[in-house]
Parts: sequence; C-alpha cells; structure tokens
Amino acid sequence: MCQDCGCGDVNLVPVELQTRILARNDSVAAHNRDHFEERGIFAVNVMGSPGSGKTAVLEATARAFADPRRLAALAGDLATDNDAVRLQRAGLRSQAIETGQACHLDAEMVHHALHHFDLMRTEFFFIENVGNLVCPAVYDLGQRANVVVLSVTEGEDKPLKYPTMFARADLILLTKSDLLPHLPQVRPEAIFDALRRVMPDPRVLPISPLNGQGVAEWIQWLNMCRDAMLASRELLATSSYESAR
Amino acid sequence: MHEYSIIQSLVDSVSSAVGTRVAAVHRIDVAIGELAGVDVTLLTTAFEIFRVGTLCERATLTIARVPARWECERCGQAVARGGFLSCSDCGAPARLAAGDEIILQRIELEVA
Repeated sequence: MCQDCGCGDVNLVPVELQTRILARNDSVAAHNRDHFEERGIFAVNVMGSPGSGKTAVLEATARAFADPRRLAALAGDLATDNDAVRLQRAGLRSQAIETGQACHLDAEMVHHALHHFDLMRTEFFFIENVGNLVCPAVYDLGQRANVVVLSVTEGEDKPLKYPTMFARADLILLTKSDLLPHLPQVRPEAIFDALRRVMPDPRVLPISPLNGQGVAEWIQWLNMCRDAMLASRELLATSSYESAR
Repeated sequence: MHEYSIIQSLVDSVSSAVGTRVAAVHRIDVAIGELAGVDVTLLTTAFEIFRVGTLCERATLTIARVPARWECERCGQAVARGGFLSCSDCGAPARLAAGDEIILQRIELEVA
C-alpha cells in the first residue's frame, strides 16, 4: 500500500526493460547457428507459399550434387511427412517436423530435431519452413541465409503484399520459370520491379527443377555463400587468436 | 497466427522480470515495428485470452507502432518508402533503420 499518505492505493513501480520479446527464441537460434557453423555447415531457411516449389527445388538440388550426402534437410508442415519422404527419395537425408497447428517453425523445434540428426559430412542444411509468407519471417532458426521461393504463377505484386518476408531474403528463387512461355500475362520485369521496392539489394534467380534452368547457378550461389562463411569464421578465429596474443 | 506465440513469450518475459514482492503487473508497454510481421489487433486479442490466470491478468497492454524507416547504408541519406530501396544520391542499397522491432519496453508493477 501507499506509504506516503496512507490513501490505500498500491505503489506503482516502473521497470525499464527494452528487451526483445522473442529473446528466448533468439538465444536457441544462436545455439543452432553455432552448432551448424562449428561443423562448417551452411544452413538455409527455405520459405515461400504453399505450392511454390520449395520441395521441388530441394529435390533438384539433391540431384545436382554428385554426392547428396553433403546435404541434409528438415521439412516443416502442419501434418504428414510427405515432403521429408520425397526428399529422402531424392537422396537427401531428411526429417519431417509436424507442427500440428503452428504456422511456422521456431528455433526450439529445429533444435529438438537436430538432436536426432546425424550431421556427419553435411555441408548444406536446408530447413524447409511451413508454406506461409507471413509467420516464418518472424522467427530466427539459426540459419545463415534466407531463401524465398516465389513461383511465377503467384502474381507479380506478391512481394508488395508480403514485404516483411521479402525484406529479409538473401535470395529469391523464381520457380516454375518453364511456365513463362504459357503465361503471357505474367511479366518477369514486373516481379523484379516489385522486389526492388521491398528488398534493398534483390538477388533473383529464375529456376525450373523441371527443365534444369538455373539449377547450376543456384548450386554456385550455395557454394559461394558457404565458402564466404568458412572464410569469415577463419578470419574470426585468426583475429581472436591475434588479440589473445 | 504467430501472435499467440509472441504473447506467450511476452507473458514469460514479464514473469521472469518480476520479483517476488510484486502483487500484480499494472501496465505493459511494447513496441512493434511496421515490418516486424506482427498484427497489432491479433496481438491484442491474443493478450485478452492469454493473460487470464497470470500475473498480467489485470495489466493494460499498450502497443506503440514503429513506422518502417529506410536509409542509405553508405551515406545515411533517408530512402523513401514505395520507391526502389537504394540511395538516390550514391546508389548504395538501403538498410532498415527502424521498423522491425518486437520489444518489451517497460512494465509497471503493483507492489504491496
């Protein structure tokens, strides 16, 4: 009770916090990131609408690698392990995360799945998020890069409608590009224009797992990013060694 | 509908910030950025449901919305929204200076 005048009111004490509400998720994500990067694994959060072609891209990725044992994946869906089974058939070590009603993966779900995952010889780890252009953008999973899969049939202005997702992407894979000759109403330049309004430095790669267009460039991008990650970690190790001396 | 999980995290964060002498939480101030991917109306609805039976049951939730603000990553010049997100002066890509925050700013406690 109020100690000053005995009015009977409770004392109100303000406490300044300024903390991130998702701090718990972020700290698990940081732990996942360390787990990947200490092993030299480049982890990618693959996001996009349901049916945009995320699984098809990963199947094509497995086919393009001479040794698919360098790849592993988690496939998140509300129900079924269908995508994980498809990826296994393509030669990719994979597991399903069935989220029940949750519309996104979070760092804890990935962390839990990693406990049951043999990462030996893995160089690239794909986390295929739940098909959704909203919620997955909010949760850090411990990935090194965000890749958004956008199919040419989804509408030219999709990036303008879902700016948060696209603003955080490192690469856009424009899938089903083999359909473009049959879609006179879809103008790729209008999609690029929309991306430039929501992404500061848009990198877009048209890709078709069906006819192979863009797959080599996608693999090249993955290898380049992993090399950059390894180099930056080496640099980091050298500089902390230097400063310790 | 990830707003429920954000409110769950919010109530957890408040509970862990509160000491043992506290009778209740009176007020909670949060800041949500325009590009944070969080719907403020849904967040309010989620709070109405989740606060029942917690320390936050009688608390008022105040949500400050933070507009998105882009600026040149090289020269700091403001970059207008709606247009291409690169600097009109030097051509460098813009960076998000504000608008992606999901922050618990402060709480007000009722101390017995």
